[in-house]
Amino acid sequence: MSRLREQPTTAGRARRWWTARRRDQLAGYLFITPQILGTALFVIAPLVMVAWYSLHEWNVLAGSFEFVGDANYRQLLDDPGLPGVLAATGVFSLGLVVLNLSLALWLAIMLNRRFAGTTVFRTVFFSPVVVSLVAWTIVWGFLLQNDGGINGLLSVIGVDGPNWLRGEATAMGAVVVVQVFKNVGLNMVLFLAALQGVPRELYEAASIDGASPWRQFRRITVPLISPTILLTSIITIVGSLQVFAQIDVLTQGGPGTSTTVLVYYLYQQAFDFHHFGYGSTLAMLLFVIVLVLTIIQWRMRRRWVFHEN
Amino acid sequence: MTTRTRNRLAAAGLAGVLALSACGGGGDDDGPVDLRMTIWTANDAHLELFNEIADAYIADNPGVASITFDPLPFEKYTSTLTTQIAGDNAPDMAWILENAAPDFVSSGALVPLTEKLGGTEGYDLDDLEPATTALWEADGELYAYPFSTSPFGVFVNNDLLTDAGQPTAAELRESGDWNWERVIEAAAAVNDSTGKAGLVVRDFDYTGWDNLSTMWAGWGAQAWSDDGTTCGFDQPAMVEAMTFLHEAIFEQSALPGPGSTADFFAGDSAFTITQISRASLLEEDGFDWDLAPLPAGPQGEYSVIGQAGLGVLKLSKHQEEAADFVAFMTNPENSAKLAQFFPPPRASQLTAETLGQTNPLLSPEQLQSVVIDGIATGIVKPSHLGQAEISETVRAQLDSLWTADADVAGVMSQVCQAIQPLLD
Repeated sequence: MSRLREQPTTAGRARRWWTARRRDQLAGYLFITPQILGTALFVIAPLVMVAWYSLHEWNVLAGSFEFVGDANYRQLLDDPGLPGVLAATGVFSLGLVVLNLSLALWLAIMLNRRFAGTTVFRTVFFSPVVVSLVAWTIVWGFLLQNDGGINGLLSVIGVDGPNWLRGEATAMGAVVVVQVFKNVGLNMVLFLAALQGVPRELYEAASIDGASPWRQFRRITVPLISPTILLTSIITIVGSLQVFAQIDVLTQGGPGTSTTVLVYYLYQQAFDFHHFGYGSTLAMLLFVIVLVLTIIQWRMRRRWVFHEN
Repeated sequence: MTTRTRNRLAAAGLAGVLALSACGGGGDDDGPVDLRMTIWTANDAHLELFNEIADAYIADNPGVASITFDPLPFEKYTSTLTTQIAGDNAPDMAWILENAAPDFVSSGALVPLTEKLGGTEGYDLDDLEPATTALWEADGELYAYPFSTSPFGVFVNNDLLTDAGQPTAAELRESGDWNWERVIEAAAAVNDSTGKAGLVVRDFDYTGWDNLSTMWAGWGAQAWSDDGTTCGFDQPAMVEAMTFLHEAIFEQSALPGPGSTADFFAGDSAFTITQISRASLLEEDGFDWDLAPLPAGPQGEYSVIGQAGLGVLKLSKHQEEAADFVAFMTNPENSAKLAQFFPPPRASQLTAETLGQTNPLLSPEQLQSVVIDGIATGIVKPSHLGQAEISETVRAQLDSLWTADADVAGVMSQVCQAIQPLLD
């Protein structure tokens, strides 16, 4: 080191600046640059723009763009249709999350056992995930018609099925079930991976101690897969709040407004009714709801997620 | 990081941005321009004719390099067009449906066309039927050419009527029984004896309620008053019409119920209410069919027309060229060509002879009774400022009508309570 200090050269200075550390840093920055650019362009910028639009009255046809301050937010508080929309959104999310997670976990537990045809069943349950959402929904739309396939099957066993998509009591349930079957495979695979990471010795030891299967599930399985439960619940809740295509294809928000969820309502306000400012305000409301729910889940993880406490 | 390195990185970034900007295009303002028109049809025959007209225009106008016809899905046509406008991707010209006409005309979104069309040699603006232009005018200015003025008629499957022991459409008309009561009776008989559907109101499907105006107009009912300020759903004529329809659906099974579908053109129903342009869906070797005007209602004979206008958007960067092409596309010569698909608004071309030359599937008698008489006396389907919001509100309220035990008068009253604030 001392000899180098005594005999500095230009090449030596260049070599000292271009160290392995700097090279690794540059490589790191280059690797994350696309992600940062993507996030900035397609997440941060639209979010800021939507927040800006929500302070304006924007009539697309007339080409007017007028600053109205908090008028759209005051309209939000006075909107008589919004409580019904939020209720429909809550019902959809709750139904989807409960059904999806419980069915996915049950399927994962079943398919985690060794029996002939496991791979086939896994493929069958996962395949809807890779099918186009709109195509999947259109097919279910035909099946759920009054004279469609579902009621045809029910009639074989002597049951007169309801008009699924036209009844206020059945439409939301039908939309939830269609969505559950579409995505349950994804959560099932995540649960399967988590289940296969649980050491077998723990179950063997519990069996020797006389623990029942239910007790083993509660005391061993659930705690050890709790990080996956957290992940899937966050993904499913956020996804459920963003449902749009299923509603648009199956019910168009009806009958009445029973399946008009928040994203469909903001789409109607902005793109059908040309209230882009108010539509943006509803988008901000959705953002806040997702943010709050995610923060709550993240904070609660310390209480029930294994390894976090 | 040294200052020199930082400057180099900044320069590289700026160069990248400039390169991306260059790739983004833009046009040469002095060179030939590219025009784009949004349309809802993707029918090959329609597109072939449009392109033929566009090619003829481009051949004589070197200032226009290309004209693109951009088909958008019918169900989301206006929403998609609005989204394109909001996204700074507005077309130069747009085909506008009649239910969106008040919004487009009153908002100032369209370029006035009176001077351009009137000043084009041989155009003859006075040839346009006044009844066809009313929806597209404001303050004496025409904002869109009523490109397609198409009366609703009833296509009839005579084979199914015969199978059910019912008289054909021609026989019903000849005996003076071409009225709603008798048609619904025949439709119910077809459903009862063949299992096929009776009457299908095309594009209604228990959501597109404005298509029901093709029935309720026979009772003299209106969705709202002529000045658009008073709801008409709770008026006696409308309640009577909707009661008749409700009984036809739920007591007589003359129409497929909610959640059931039937396609007339596939031979699945005896009658369908739709426009003549749908005749292209009929197969040459299919069933024995007929086209008749709308059946008479309690108020006598009537006609309902659907319209589409062709306008130039103010957001177009080439308004002058776009307006010039619209004048060319709708001149008498091209209007006659377009008449094979879209009934023209030109009085001189509204003759059975002219229409017959381009509509080989339809007889002169059918063209006279359904198209020519229909345009002369027809009322346009309901349209209002803020139509999309009104339409959605009515749809949501009417959903409770489509059950067997619905209180028709009560539902109609609810519809008015819901939409009256939107009409004020």
